[in-house]
Amino acid sequence: MTALAIRGLRKSFGGLRVTQGVDLAVAPGERRLIIGPNGAGKTTLFNLIAGDLKADSGAIALFGTDIARLPARRRAHLGLARTYQIITLFPKDTLLRNVTLSLLGLSPLRWNPFARLDRQHELIAQAGRALARVGLADMADRPLAETSYGERRRVEIAMALAQSPRVLLLDEPFAGLSVDERRDVKALLAAVPREITIVMIEHDMDVALDFADRISVLHFGAVVVDGSRAEVVADPRTREIYLGE
Amino acid sequence: MIARRALIGLAAVLLAAVPLWVPGNYDISVCSEILIYAIFALSVDLLIGFAGLVSLGHAGLFSLAGYTLAVCLGAGFGQPAAIALALAVTLAGTAVFAALSLRTTGVGFIMITLALGQIMWGLAYRWVGLTGGDNGISVASRPAPFGISLAVPSHFYEATLIVFAFAVFAYRVFIDSPFGASLRGTRDQPRRMSALGYNVWMIRFSAFMVSGLLAAIAGILFVFRAEFISPPTAALTASAEPVLMAISGGSGTILGPIVGAALVEIVKNIASAYITRWNMLLGATFVVIVMFMPEGLVPGTMRLMRRGFGPRPPAPAAAAAERKTPP
Repeated sequence: MTALAIRGLRKSFGGLRVTQGVDLAVAPGERRLIIGPNGAGKTTLFNLIAGDLKADSGAIALFGTDIARLPARRRAHLGLARTYQIITLFPKDTLLRNVTLSLLGLSPLRWNPFARLDRQHELIAQAGRALARVGLADMADRPLAETSYGERRRVEIAMALAQSPRVLLLDEPFAGLSVDERRDVKALLAAVPREITIVMIEHDMDVALDFADRISVLHFGAVVVDGSRAEVVADPRTREIYLGE
Repeated sequence: MIARRALIGLAAVLLAAVPLWVPGNYDISVCSEILIYAIFALSVDLLIGFAGLVSLGHAGLFSLAGYTLAVCLGAGFGQPAAIALALAVTLAGTAVFAALSLRTTGVGFIMITLALGQIMWGLAYRWVGLTGGDNGISVASRPAPFGISLAVPSHFYEATLIVFAFAVFAYRVFIDSPFGASLRGTRDQPRRMSALGYNVWMIRFSAFMVSGLLAAIAGILFVFRAEFISPPTAALTASAEPVLMAISGGSGTILGPIVGAALVEIVKNIASAYITRWNMLLGATFVVIVMFMPEGLVPGTMRLMRRGFGPRPPAPAAAAAERKTPP
């Protein structure tokens, strides 16, 4: 079975056809890198997969379940998690509360108006473990507003991992990070168990190349090249798209 | 924490003892009104402060409860039946308000709630057969739970205080709950909340229903206190008032809307006896608050105290709110 199977996915904004028939098949446990120049439709593709946008046509299957018509929240419950290119967190809350909210999203407890959230020790301990996983355990009680950009990136990843997703979508996880921070995030992602399939968008090909099992090159809203790392790097079309020759 | 508990205990004792230290039935009645408007302001601030949704139509819900109560009592229903009907009808009305207005957020939400509120005002004004139009409806009697007549102002005050205390306690439990955290999440990052698995629309709808329930409770108490209801209760200014109370006192807090309600009601009922243009005084007060404490009186005062100014006299309006007597 395929972890993520996309067929003929299309999306237009008015007359602008951003996604023009994307086909993609990601195997369970795979690390897939999606690269492409600015405006290739990478983030739109993620928004379609995660449900932030509704596709005009096409099919998206998560482990065989058709999710193309489901709202984003249902997809999350089916095991899809994502991070955002532009970090979207809860700035007034602590790191721990941010991750707790992520865990709460999949728990029936989220509808409970009578319990006290700060007494949900099981949930909070779980959030603490997720933070420890990204090396932020000692900062758990710090307000998010007082953290660095690189730390926020790691909080985003902790929130996504906390949900124990089956498929994790990472939208440019290295964007805006310093060399040191990149190394940290890279090590962190390398440690993610293979039960979690990862699809990663990166604008800069070099950064994430060694992370990927397979690479898809997106250009003008369609997958142009698809194959193993070596195949894609050797393909003349990749060169053409990136160097404009 | 202990200091905080002690302060809450002190406030509870002072509030319960209002009939002992507040002179005269009129002032006691003003205190009842403050509590009623505090519930109303909390109702509106549940949406403003915790859901990020500004409603300018809540007087429509407040007066829907009031009118339903008055009409039912006029039709000969008993007090418990009339109260139950007023709550039920207002919750049904709230569901309609929420379903229509939650199609959008931001300015769109404000405009739809405003329009819905104006419809309620129009009905109150024009449906003369039911509402008495401009003449309004008088309510003959207050309830007498356990044989205690609420016609006595101090008794009515104590009954209102009990309802108020329950409302504040429930409010506190609600915002500290997982659901309260979900609600604040939809205020800050609705898109992220959907991606995390939350049903943003249903969370907002549920919060709107709780808000409507509080508005209904306030509306019912309002009619019992005034023993009268007329179209100005449903007017746009009546919808704007709790919004101003919440924002001036401190939106997103519990004490803020209560202090805001006290401020407005004191100016309206007590300062107006000394100053003809009390509306101007109220306006000037709001301007001063917005200039010096844009986050509201309660958070603003706490900020100043935290900044190391040490124990300082409370802000003028907070002091006025505590005094509750004419200068």
